[in-house]
Amino acid sequence: MAPRNFVAGLLIPFASGLLFGFGLIVSGMTDPLRVQAFLDVAGHWNPALALVMGGAVAVTLPAFAYLRRGGRTLAGPAALPDRTALTPPLLAGSALFGIGWGISGVCPGPGIVIAAAGSLPALMFVASMVAGMAIHAWWRRRPAADAADKAQAAGA
Amino acid sequence: MFLQSFAGGLMIGLAAVLLLLGSGQVAGVSGVLGGLVEGRGGAGGWRIAFIAGLALAPVLLLLAGGSVPGRLELGWPAIVGAGLLVGFGTQMGSGCTSGHGVCGLGNLSLRSLVAVSTFMAVAAITVFVVRHVLGRG
Repeated sequence: MAPRNFVAGLLIPFASGLLFGFGLIVSGMTDPLRVQAFLDVAGHWNPALALVMGGAVAVTLPAFAYLRRGGRTLAGPAALPDRTALTPPLLAGSALFGIGWGISGVCPGPGIVIAAAGSLPALMFVASMVAGMAIHAWWRRRPAADAADKAQAAGA
Repeated sequence: MFLQSFAGGLMIGLAAVLLLLGSGQVAGVSGVLGGLVEGRGGAGGWRIAFIAGLALAPVLLLLAGGSVPGRLELGWPAIVGAGLLVGFGTQMGSGCTSGHGVCGLGNLSLRSLVAVSTFMAVAAITVFVVRHVLGRG
């Protein structure tokens, strides 16, 4: 359920996005060369960026534990993913994302941040990323995908 | 550099918890943006507000005289190809570094652990091939 009042629906998401953006910049994740240095385990490996996800997960762990134990949010029940199955699209999609991330050193959040900072190549990256998302939405809506979903649901 | 990365990580985690406990939503950037692209549901206001905050952060920093490290130095075919792969892949795989990484791992999700392991490994192999096999970068 999407939050609709001003605080939960606009103010908090805006503040969260802002803090998220500052965090990405401080952490070094907005620098594609540093991201690639982190991914380059066979070269001059720079492990610093492992601390970004480590630090972030250290903060999110207790919040999710609180929700799993029936804790409530200010906006009512949280919209948490309920799927648990390891599916082919999960693996294939993550692999495709990994190729794009490796080539560019840019994942979605940092892409938006450096595009907004005025980098024209980053703007082209974000436009292509949005196009990729739109292509996926179109591909999911094709009749064959519907039929496959129904077959999987019937078999499950 | 290590301290900064950790501090930035803590800020990202706090931002994700703020959205989670304040608005009941998961701060996965590809999920937030993908929902807008797909036109999922009528109430996309929170998605637009989150993306606007994310995009405003570097602008405020530049206005305050700071700098945003990060330059994408690739030819346009590589940029377009990588962007398409990241956009399509994150939607097909239901998440990116923030949705599966920051939030999914925090939620002890096996799906997210598998996704993060997959995209990290494939990205490392990709960098290896580009840098050490093709000899670029």
